[in-house]
Amino acid sequence: MSDLLKMTATEARNSLLKKEISSVELLNAYQNAMEKTEALNNYVTTTLDAAKQMAVNADKAYAQGNAGSLAGLPIGVKDLFCTKNIETTACSAILKGFLPSYESTVTSNIWQSGGVMLGKLNCDEFAMGSSNETSIFGPAVNPWSKIDGIDLSSGGSSGGSASSVAAGSALMSLGTDTGGSIRQPAAFCGVVGLKPTYGRCSRWGIVAFASSLDQAGPFTRTVEDSALIFSVMAGHDPKDSTSASLGYTNFSEAVKSGIEGLRIGIPAEYNVDGMDIEISDLWKKGRAWLEQAGAKIVDINLPHTKYALPCYYIIAPAEASSNLARYDGIRYGKRIEAETLDAMYEATRADGFGEEVQRRILIGTYALSAGYYDAYYLKAQQVRRLIKEDFDEAFNDVDAILTPTTPTPAFPLGAEVSDPITMYLNDVFTVPANLAGLPGISVPAGFSNQGLPLGLQLLAPPFEEGRLFSVANAIEKQAEFLLAPARAAGDLQ
Amino acid sequence: MSILVSGRTGDWEIVIGMEVHAQVVSNSKLFSGSSAVFGASPNNHVSLVDAAMPGMLPVINGQCVKQAVLTGLGLNAKINKFSVFDRKNYFYADLPQGYQISQFKHPIVGEGEIQIELSDGSIHKVGIERLHLEQDAGKSLHDQHPSKSYIDLNRSGVALMEIVSKPEMHSAEQAAAYIKKLRSILRYLGTCDGNMEEGSLRADVNVSVRRPGDILGTRTETKNLNSVRFIMQAIEFEVQRQIELIEDGGEVIQETRLFDTSTGMTRTMRGKEDAHDYRYFPDPDLLPLTFDDAFIDKLKDGMPELPDEIKNRMVNEYGLSSYDANVLTEERETAVFYELASDGRDRKITANWMSVELFGALNKAGIELAQSPVKPKQLGGLVDLISDGSISGKIAKEVFSSMFETGKDAKVIVEERGLKQVSDESAIIYMIDEVLAANLDKVDEYRGGKEKLFGFFVGQVMKASKGQANPGMVNQLLKQKLDI
Repeated sequence: MSDLLKMTATEARNSLLKKEISSVELLNAYQNAMEKTEALNNYVTTTLDAAKQMAVNADKAYAQGNAGSLAGLPIGVKDLFCTKNIETTACSAILKGFLPSYESTVTSNIWQSGGVMLGKLNCDEFAMGSSNETSIFGPAVNPWSKIDGIDLSSGGSSGGSASSVAAGSALMSLGTDTGGSIRQPAAFCGVVGLKPTYGRCSRWGIVAFASSLDQAGPFTRTVEDSALIFSVMAGHDPKDSTSASLGYTNFSEAVKSGIEGLRIGIPAEYNVDGMDIEISDLWKKGRAWLEQAGAKIVDINLPHTKYALPCYYIIAPAEASSNLARYDGIRYGKRIEAETLDAMYEATRADGFGEEVQRRILIGTYALSAGYYDAYYLKAQQVRRLIKEDFDEAFNDVDAILTPTTPTPAFPLGAEVSDPITMYLNDVFTVPANLAGLPGISVPAGFSNQGLPLGLQLLAPPFEEGRLFSVANAIEKQAEFLLAPARAAGDLQ
Repeated sequence: MSILVSGRTGDWEIVIGMEVHAQVVSNSKLFSGSSAVFGASPNNHVSLVDAAMPGMLPVINGQCVKQAVLTGLGLNAKINKFSVFDRKNYFYADLPQGYQISQFKHPIVGEGEIQIELSDGSIHKVGIERLHLEQDAGKSLHDQHPSKSYIDLNRSGVALMEIVSKPEMHSAEQAAAYIKKLRSILRYLGTCDGNMEEGSLRADVNVSVRRPGDILGTRTETKNLNSVRFIMQAIEFEVQRQIELIEDGGEVIQETRLFDTSTGMTRTMRGKEDAHDYRYFPDPDLLPLTFDDAFIDKLKDGMPELPDEIKNRMVNEYGLSSYDANVLTEERETAVFYELASDGRDRKITANWMSVELFGALNKAGIELAQSPVKPKQLGGLVDLISDGSISGKIAKEVFSSMFETGKDAKVIVEERGLKQVSDESAIIYMIDEVLAANLDKVDEYRGGKEKLFGFFVGQVMKASKGQANPGMVNQLLKQKLDI
C-alpha cells in the first residue's frame, strides 16, 4: 500500500490509465493514511462514503475510457469551499453545522473531472491567520514536527491543506490565498502551493474573507501535479463578476518548457530585517540554480514593498468587516437568542467569532469609518496601486521574480499566536502578490539548519501561471527536495 | 420662483428637496436571477444571493442598467459611462448581506432637470442631482407573532433607482407637481410602474425654512411617503412645525422623521447622533460599471416620446388648450388612447369627449382607462358621427352612455335606435308646419313682438322629432317660416 502513497498525482494518473492500480485501491491507501495521521488534525470533516462512490465511478470511467483528468485522485478541500450537503464551517463556531445547498465552482470543476473527495481540511477561522491556530477545531499540526517533540505550526491559513499533502493523507488539496495562505503553509510543510492570478479561479461558493484578494489554488507534491489540477480549477465563471474571461488552458505543457533566456528579477527590498540567514542562503541558491538553467538574473527594485503589509492589513480587514456582516444569526449558522435584535447580534457574533476574527472586524470597521476612511482605506488603496505599478514596471525588464516565500521556517505552535504583529510578518513576502493580483507559487527548495523545509516563491505577470510552472520546475529539479516529514503516513518518496 | 409663507414674525421661504425610490421594471433582481414580481407568497422569490448565503456573489442585471440609463435620458441628465457600486454597511434583520449594494461616489446618472407646470399655468424647472442604482431590502413583519418578527426576502435585492432632486422646490404644490411629473416620465419610459400604493415609488422629503435671502436652514428628512397627498401633508406639517419652532425661539434639529398617515403629522424617528455610519466602500465583488456611447445611443433611439414633447405637439399642432393637453398626457395610456381616438378627425372635439364624457364615465364606474368598454376607435367613431352631422351633441351623449354600457360602436347604436339626425329639409318643414298649426295663438304673439317665443317653437319641433332634427336647420327654417 505504501507504494501508492509514493506516487505523485501525475504518476497515479498514469497508473490508473494503464489500469496498474484502481481508484478504489488508491482511496484505501489514503483512507489508511488519514487514520494514521489523525493526530495532525488536518481533517475537520471526512467524506469517505462519498469518496468510495466517487472512486467506484472513477474506475468505471477508466474502464469505459472516458475518465476525466483527475479521475480517481484523492483530494482534500479547505473548509472554506462550500460543498453541497457537506458541513462547511470556515473553521468558525458561527458556521458550525452549516450545510450548503450548493457546491463551489472550483470544487464542482474538480469533481466533474473525476477527483475523489476525502473531506474538508482545517484552516484558520475564516482564513484569518498564519498558523492555523485560530481554527475552532484547534491547529493543524505540521508533519515535520518531531515525534514526541514540540508541535510545529503547519502555517496558515490553509494549514490542513498543506499538512495533509505533506503527510500523505491527501494526494492533492485545495486552499485559498488572501495574503499568503497557500504559499506560506506550502513552504512550512514542504509542498508546492500555487496562488493563481486574481480572477483566474472562480470565487463563487468560497466563503469570502477579502473579496479583492481571495484566490483559490492547489497544494501538490510536485510542480507537474500543480499544473495538472490547476488546469481543472481555472476558468471563466459568469457567476463571479471578477472572473477573467479566458478559455481552457492545459498547463501541463508549460511545466516542461525550458527557461533559457528568461529574465528573473531579484528584488532588493525583499532583504528584510529579521530574515533568517538560512533563508537568504536559500534565496542565493535559487538564484544560482536558475542561472544554471539558462535564465538571466536581473537585480530589480520594488520600492513600495515595505508598505505592502500595512496596506494589506487595512484592505483585508476592511473587506472582511463587510463580508462577515452576513453572519448575523438570522438565516443560518449560530444564533444566541436575546431580548432585542441588537442584543442578539452582539451575543451571536461575540460567541460565534474567535478573537482574531473579531480583531480584524474591528480594525476593518474602524478603517472604513467616517473620518478615518480617507486616512486609512483610501490611502491603502492608493498604496496598493503604487505596489502594482512597481510590479508593472519590473515586469518590463524581467519575466518572473524570485523571492523567499517566508522570512522563517515553521515555528512551534503557540509561539506567535499571542503577538499579532509578529504573526502578520509571516506574510511579508506573500502579500504583495495578492495586492497586485499576480500569480505566485511556492516551491520547496531546501531545509533550515534544524531540518525544516523552506520554500522559494516565484511571481509572474497576470495570467502567466504557465511561466511560473516552467521556472518552478527548474528549481524543483535542481533542489532535489526530499519530502520525508517525521510524522508522515509513510514513505512519500 | 419664490413663494413666501407668512409667520407671526415675518415671511418665510420653504426649501424642499426629494429623494425618490423607484423600483425598476425588470423581470429579475439587480444582482440575482430571482423574480422581481410583486405579491408572491413570502420568501418565494429568494435566490442564494438574495439570502446572502456564504460565498455567493452578485452579478449585475443588464436590463436594470438599461432602465437606469433610459431614465437618465428621460430626465435630460448626464449619463456616466463609468460608475461604481459601493457597499452601504448596516445591520438589520431584513438586510441579509449586512450591507446594501448602492452607488455612492460615482452614480450611473448625473445632473439633469425636469419641467413642472403649476395650476396657475406657470412652468418651473426642478434640477436633478443624480440617479443611482441600488438594492432594495427585505421586509420585516412584526405583527404576525407575539414575540417573533418574520422576514420576507422577496424584495431583497430588487433593483431601485434613487432619484435625488436639487433643493429647488418651494411649496407643497411644487413638490406634488414634481413627483407627479417624475412618475409620469418613469411610466412613459416603462422604467418604473409608478405604483405608489405597492411601494414601487416612494419619496423621502427634505424640508427646511429660511428668511428670504438667508442661507439654507436646517432640514429634516421625512421618510417613505407613498402618496402625493401624504407628501403634501408632510411638507405642510413640517413647514408649520419648523416656522412655529423657530418663531418660539427654538431651533430645528437635523433629524429623520416619520409621517403618521392617520394624523397627518410627522414625528422624530432618529436624530443626527443616531445616524448610521454606513462605511461606504467600493464593492470588491463587482467591477466598475462601464459602457460606451453606442450603448447609450441605442437606448436613445428606442426612447418613446415623453409627455412634454407630446403636450407641445397637442397645443401647437392640434390646437388643444394647455389644460387639456396636460390632462391627456399625464398618463402614457391616456395619450396613446387619445392619439388613436383622434387620429384623422377633429382633435379638439375628441379631446373634449375624452376628458369630459369618457373620464366622467370611467370615474363614475370606478375603472381604469385600460378597462374602458369604449375603445379609442369607437370614441373616434362617435366623434365622426357628430362631425358629419349624423347626430346632434345631445343625442351623442345618449349614444355614448349606451356605448359605455354595451361596448357597441356608435354607428350600430344610432342605427338600432334610429337616432340619426334628421337633416331632410322637407321632413323638418313638415314638422314645423304641424307645430305652428297647433299653436296659432303663440304664432300671433310672436309676430306681435314676443320674440322670446322662438325658443318655444324650437323646443316643440325638436320634441316632435324626438330630438333627431338637425338643430341648425330647425332654427333656420323656423325663422324663415315665422318671419314671413
